[in-house]
Amino acid sequence: MLTMTNVSKTYRTDTVQTQALREFSLHIHEGDFVAVTGPSGSGKTTFLNITGLLETFDSGKYDLDGRDVANLSDHELSRLRNEKIGFIFQNFNLIPDLNVFDNIDVPLRYRGFTAAERKQRIDEALKRVGLSGRAKHLPSQLSGGQQQRVGIARALAGSPRFLLADEPTGNLDSQMAQGVMELLEEINAAGTTIIMVTHDPDLAKRAKREVHVRDGLIQGTDGN
Amino acid sequence: MLRLFEYNLKLAVKNIRRNPILSALMVAAIGIGIGASMSMVTVNYRFSLNPIPQKSDVLHYIRLDNWSADFPFNEGRNPPNQMTYLDATALLRAKHAYRQVAMSRSTLAVEPEGRDERPFFVDVRATTADFFAMFDVPFRYGTGWGADADDAAEQVAVLNTTTTERLFGDDNPVGRTVRLSGQDYRIVGVIEDWEPMPKFYDSSNGPTNSGEDIFIPWSLVVAKELPRAGNTNCWKPLEGSGLQAFLNSECIWIQFWAELRNSAEREEYVNFLNAYVTEQKALGRFPRPLDNRATPVMEYLREQGAVPDEARVLLGLSLLFLVVCLLNTIGLLLAKFLGKATEIGIRRALGASRRVLFQQYLVEAGIIGFTGGILGLGFTWLGLEGIEMQFADEEASRILVMDWNMALLAVALAIIASLVTAIYPTWRACSVQPAAYLSSN
Repeated sequence: MLTMTNVSKTYRTDTVQTQALREFSLHIHEGDFVAVTGPSGSGKTTFLNITGLLETFDSGKYDLDGRDVANLSDHELSRLRNEKIGFIFQNFNLIPDLNVFDNIDVPLRYRGFTAAERKQRIDEALKRVGLSGRAKHLPSQLSGGQQQRVGIARALAGSPRFLLADEPTGNLDSQMAQGVMELLEEINAAGTTIIMVTHDPDLAKRAKREVHVRDGLIQGTDGN
Repeated sequence: MLRLFEYNLKLAVKNIRRNPILSALMVAAIGIGIGASMSMVTVNYRFSLNPIPQKSDVLHYIRLDNWSADFPFNEGRNPPNQMTYLDATALLRAKHAYRQVAMSRSTLAVEPEGRDERPFFVDVRATTADFFAMFDVPFRYGTGWGADADDAAEQVAVLNTTTTERLFGDDNPVGRTVRLSGQDYRIVGVIEDWEPMPKFYDSSNGPTNSGEDIFIPWSLVVAKELPRAGNTNCWKPLEGSGLQAFLNSECIWIQFWAELRNSAEREEYVNFLNAYVTEQKALGRFPRPLDNRATPVMEYLREQGAVPDEARVLLGLSLLFLVVCLLNTIGLLLAKFLGKATEIGIRRALGASRRVLFQQYLVEAGIIGFTGGILGLGFTWLGLEGIEMQFADEEASRILVMDWNMALLAVALAIIASLVTAIYPTWRACSVQPAAYLSSN
């Protein structure tokens, strides 16, 4: 499903080398809900970026849904990312001058869906996150919780196999965070694999599995 | 592919409207650069057009070097640019070319038939019968005159369409008469408005001048002692006074053309000219070494400097100015595209490849270039208006007009320039590491 074997990644500047991941190995099953925890600088975001094909790695092997991603071109990686992965960001990362409908439309456009297919998927995704009446709103006209729901709708609209969430409740108050977390659990229950990076131990406990990362290494794994 | 292009187009328009001032600056920079360069490209293009492409290789301007031994014409670079009466009539009589034409300009007063209408001056070309066939002059009514009319100095005339409409309305005037400076001329033909550009057949009297209103047999210039217009140059005083002294002089005032259908005919004709001049030398004329030329149309126009040197220099400067404008546009595009690094990161995360984003931003640059090109057309028009005002010769204004070729070139140049300009900023923008702009840390 998703397997990393001995993956290493080092950031280099003229004077400094920082090893972000060291011989990192992890296997994630279909339908899993994995929380990746660890202190700042532990390598969890690097792990998430490599998992999401946004960064390359120096050594090791990474199989995504049966494909070795090491030698894929930028075009192939982008296609794989578009079809199999949905992203949820802490700061939502909505495009400010596109309305809700057009924000969710972005990955579907790159997928090459027809207008009718796109509309159907966007309507369904908005309904699923409880924002059916907000399609024409701009992000700035929505609350933080609503913006994150738009982010989730955008991630879901393309029916990805994996949802990668980077601190999805980090910018939300506890009530909104609770709502978003319930939504993620519901999505996972429907079969989508979720990998969530978080600092929050309470949220991590709600995942099926918790992976603790420190200094680029997995320190421990707990099944919840 | 088409869907993606349509999407890129929509995004481009949205992005341009989101930053109207920055977009307007880029459009203005491209527009001004295009306007300046296209003004000068137009000037060079219009002056260097082939005015008679179907025959420019076979029509030859004939020149003989009859000038002073001590003071060569044009510092010895070229023989005199017109011909004496003595030589023109001798060459006409020899009939050594397939077709030949001797001609000069005149100005006469037209006296309309109606009593209420006032006389007006017209430009007249006095020429020989071959003129119309030789230069492919298109006729609306009738024909030119024959060689016998030249020989007999018949008072016949061919009018252009504008003069015909002024005098006779839409009627066919062939067979009627037109009164010119007190003499009646029988109208034998009416030509369409024919204005080769540049006016190659008499470039010594201004390549930008408009065509003549009326054409009459050249023999009438002498027979009726018609006034001459145009340049006359002499290198020594007349021997005597009066018309006959002028006709026997070394003064040049006649244009002479020969139609030589191939290189053999041309070579043979130059040999004939050399033989003629050698013969004249024996009579005490032509003190200079032999320099007799039969020059094809385009070569002659180039030699005469139909494209002014100043225009070439200004073309180079204007292209440099365009480069400066484009460098400014690169800076503006770089600022604009790098300002969108976060959006680029988001789009990359959502599945856009570098290639797709590259296309998106090139479409945006293309629209800016297209708009700049349209604005550039306006600036080109203004530039040409400004250049026209600098010309002392008002007739120059009719050459400085943009045609469709130039308009399309302006827009195409703007789009290509903006796309080339956009390559570096777009490449930089698409090279951003998406992860760096997406992380909350």
